[in-house]
Amino acid sequence: MNPAIDATPLVQARNVHKSFEHLEVLKGIDLDVMPGEVVVILGPSGSGKSTFLRCINHLEAIQKGYIEVDGEQIGYRLKKDRLEKLSDNRIAKQRRKIGMVFQQFNLYPHMTVLQNIIEAPVGVHGHSRRQAVESAMQLLERVSLSEKAGSYPRQLSGGQQQRVAIARALAIQPKLMLFDEPTSALDPELVGEVLATMKDLAKQGLTMIVVTHEISFAREAADRVIFMDGGVIVEQGKPEDVIGNPQHPRTQAFLSRFL
Amino acid sequence: MSRDRTTLAAPSGAAQFRDVATAHQPFRTGRLILWVVIAIVAIDFGWIVANNENFGWPVVAQYFFDPTVIQGLYVSLGLTVVGMILGVIIGLIIAIMRMSGDRLASGFASLFIWFFRGTPLLVQLIFWYNMSTLFPQLSISIPFGPTLASWDTNSVITPMTAAIVGLALNEAAYMAEIIRGGLLSVDRGQAETAEAFGMTKARALWRIIIPQAMRSIVPPTGNQLISMIKATSLVSVIAMADLLYSVQSIYNRTFEIIPMLLVAVLWYLLITSILNLGQSYIEAYYGRSDRRSGGNTKVEAATAEANH
Ligand SMILES: Nc1ncnc2c1ncn2[C@@H]1O[C@H](COP(=O)(O)OP(=O)(O)OP(=O)(O)O)[C@@H](O)[C@H]1O
Ligand SMILES: [Mg+2]
Repeated sequence: MNPAIDATPLVQARNVHKSFEHLEVLKGIDLDVMPGEVVVILGPSGSGKSTFLRCINHLEAIQKGYIEVDGEQIGYRLKKDRLEKLSDNRIAKQRRKIGMVFQQFNLYPHMTVLQNIIEAPVGVHGHSRRQAVESAMQLLERVSLSEKAGSYPRQLSGGQQQRVAIARALAIQPKLMLFDEPTSALDPELVGEVLATMKDLAKQGLTMIVVTHEISFAREAADRVIFMDGGVIVEQGKPEDVIGNPQHPRTQAFLSRFL
Repeated sequence: MSRDRTTLAAPSGAAQFRDVATAHQPFRTGRLILWVVIAIVAIDFGWIVANNENFGWPVVAQYFFDPTVIQGLYVSLGLTVVGMILGVIIGLIIAIMRMSGDRLASGFASLFIWFFRGTPLLVQLIFWYNMSTLFPQLSISIPFGPTLASWDTNSVITPMTAAIVGLALNEAAYMAEIIRGGLLSVDRGQAETAEAFGMTKARALWRIIIPQAMRSIVPPTGNQLISMIKATSLVSVIAMADLLYSVQSIYNRTFEIIPMLLVAVLWYLLITSILNLGQSYIEAYYGRSDRRSGGNTKVEAATAEANH
């Protein structure tokens, strides 16, 4: 995967600022993500990683700057040189090309695995039920969970639930996938199966932004590693540079904990 | 390996006797005595009731299916069903208004709940019935502008409409709080996930939040429904011919007060028993995702569905 070939970035964040009341969490984030690129965001707790991810699909509104995904500004539109807020339904539409995987899986507990996966394709994207079931079964095969189609989330292990959540996000055929610490709620022996699934996706050229504390994943799967601290990007570059030879003292201090 | 160890470590008794599969319940003498005592008391009480002439069982039997009684029963059931359905719908709307960020909507909802929960249903019913003394004319008009349509209040507010409006609005106030509690009991992450997947708020509510909220909404709603059936007896004060009113109209003629009240009591009990049964089925339905077993049979169904 060579991101430089395609010149237009899929995600453009410019000078993104976000505050909760008086707490400024993001203090000017600039980031371009190329199609097919896998970006891993590292950083200490409270540095604003989750918040930034949630701003990308407008689960949080930003207060300054702008975010563009696939050529559309998220949450707003330009109308004769004036920026106007989009309606909730328009924003819902923009989110349809962005898949998201949460730390706590957030599967719909009242639906079976299969129903979880086809909910958005059928209900939001208007795919036919048959077609949705067919591709859901293919996705389940891809995450090695075909035999669990009829189970309820509570009947699955954490690792299985997270793989279902990944399949569910893939089912909408997203242009961009956001992962917020997908393995942090898992027992150590279950982390591997989820990371393997994600590495698979990375290899297939899916554009991914991954917040994680799994340094090994960053080293093996990332095209670029971003180190965030205190609401700004402190350092970024190729994994071997940022992880192998960090320049900034804060990056060095953070990474030293993983050695 | 582990089995070897247990056999070796067993302090007493051979391994085959320690297998819990062979266990049986010890006989509990105390419980048997308790059962016998309770049974004797119950039978004795039943015998007294059945043989006391003042209960007038033959009269009860004679009037149990009397057309007037059955007519009253239909009215009570009809009022319950209509009142409850309207109550749930309005209650849902009020609950959503109350939870919305909109100050006007949540303010109105709070006021609604405050008023209708804070005044006796009996008073509300009489109020609705006597609307015409407050507003002799009901009309649709533009404020301070022309009137578009107008009706005589007495022709709109019949005992029937007064009863329905009174029961439904009162019910809505209680249901709003029950539904709001149910919606709040659903994990915040669920609404967020639905949103992240591009669902509209309405769809997220309908497909994701409400089905999960049902677990905590159904039991108190069953309670409300049963109270509602009994509350319909209040409409007899506004000359609505419900079950209670119809037995009253009979005993006003025959003076067989106790037997006729027993007819009503038995009907009320019968209906509430059926409702209890229905409620446990509904609870089982909304609790189905909680059962740990039974996943496998559904795999086949799911894949079968996938294949055709
Ligand atoms: N909804 C909110 N309201 C108020 N403050 C919030 C909210 N969400 C996050 N914050 C604050 O924003 C800061 C950044 O939070 P964020 O969740 O983005 O951190 P993070 O980098 O993801 O940390 P972690 O690694 O622990 O997940 C924290 O100080 C947090 O307390
Ligand atoms: Mg976080």
